Amino acid sequence: MNARAESRELPDEEATLAFGAELASRGLANELVWLRGELGAGKTTLVRGFLRALGHQGTVKSPTYTLLEPYAAGNTRVLHFDFYRIADARELAYIGIDELMAEAAVKLVEWPERAAEKLPPPDIDVRLSASGGGRRVDLVDHR
Amino acid sequence: MLVLGIETSCDETGVALYDTEAGLVADSVYSQVDLHAKYGGVVPELASRDHVRKIIPLLGELFDKAGRTPRDLDGVAYTAGPGLIGALRVGAAVGRAIAWGLDVPAIGVHHMEAHLLAPLIAPADDQRPAVPFAALLVSGGHSQLVGVEAMGRYTLLGESLDDAAGEAFDKVGKLLGLGYPGGPAVAAAATGGDPARFSFPRPMTDRPGLDMSFSGLKTAVANTVRDLAPLGDQDVADVARAFEDAVVDTLAIKCRRAARQTRCRDFVIAGGVAANKRLRRRLTDSLAGLDEPVRAIFAAPALCTDNGAMVAHAGALRLAAGERAGLAIETRARWRMTALAPLETADR
Repeated sequence: MNARAESRELPDEEATLAFGAELASRGLANELVWLRGELGAGKTTLVRGFLRALGHQGTVKSPTYTLLEPYAAGNTRVLHFDFYRIADARELAYIGIDELMAEAAVKLVEWPERAAEKLPPPDIDVRLSASGGGRRVDLVDHR
Repeated sequence: MLVLGIETSCDETGVALYDTEAGLVADSVYSQVDLHAKYGGVVPELASRDHVRKIIPLLGELFDKAGRTPRDLDGVAYTAGPGLIGALRVGAAVGRAIAWGLDVPAIGVHHMEAHLLAPLIAPADDQRPAVPFAALLVSGGHSQLVGVEAMGRYTLLGESLDDAAGEAFDKVGKLLGLGYPGGPAVAAAATGGDPARFSFPRPMTDRPGLDMSFSGLKTAVANTVRDLAPLGDQDVADVARAFEDAVVDTLAIKCRRAARQTRCRDFVIAGGVAANKRLRRRLTDSLAGLDEPVRAIFAAPALCTDNGAMVAHAGALRLAAGERAGLAIETRARWRMTALAPLETADR
């Protein structure tokens, strides 16, 4: 297994959406994608670009409060997690994390570091960070 | 008719008894302080979604407090959605089972309808909204504008396309190093803030429509905080004030627009963010100031956040209208309010 790393500048929101769409074009079906970055880094925006590219037309709500928003986008099932409010990884037992991770779906996880000990390692690891007035993305593909 | 209500759609475990004649009889929301002793050693944060462990002692406390027993119940209501499936299943399973054991009817309640109807729990005589009316539902998980054509008949006028207003409060609270939940903490800090020092965007107010967005506002605050760092107390207060003004302004603009569009005379505001004092004042004034004045009606502050009372109340209305849940334990992560059946006999 060779990890491949890539980096890119994302000057504005449109670029973040486009990067999400590009991620969707990689033919994911069952992968676990970690999305890391500070508040306001553009994680949910990236997911919006991802889901829109797969044909999802409705809103893409932040799952911060609900912890999970499920989607059927085109032929792809997508589970959008957000563990921002998780204080202890053991809390994930209450939402049935093992069963959810075993589902045939692309799993996009914001704030995975809050629950890392209960999560499998990522297939794709995405980091968003502030860069100038925009953002920078660093991606490692472990597949 | 005495109805037990159970709310477990997210973090709060709430139970209550509502009587269709006497009103709210008793209400218990899980408090970490109360139950921590009973379950010594449980990490409080870990327990926040542990409805399983909390619900039975909480029900015991409720019946004790009310001086009633389960045998007095005429029906059981539980939140059936929308929400976190694992959390919803706990309240629904317990509620459905209690109703089955007592051979009384059960009803699965829509969480947002329960919020929307909360101002009808013991309103003053002049504070009952008359249909048709409009409603703003603002909480940690939801920001929606809803048209109420008749009791139980709803249209979605607009909603947040990304973050909910309450979530924005929580995250800005975090950015400013304030406590959780962020709503009360940010509002308290804003009291000492200079409203003129910063100005944040009023998202999606410069174009028509009733949808909202709070993600960009959060990012604007994050950028300001990054530029200011390290923040002194006055900086925190000034940013909190500018942020709160932006949210309140945005919601006021959207509510005025919704009032004009629906030509309603009453406007209900419910959900956790509806407890915000500046929002209550501003919406009251702003809606009253329209050419055709509109009255703002709020849920009592204690009934704004998630609670069992609103579920017991909404469930009692639906049971009185003849609705019944089947024997299956049904819960829905997604559930559109517009799909609900009309509530014909509710407003009596």
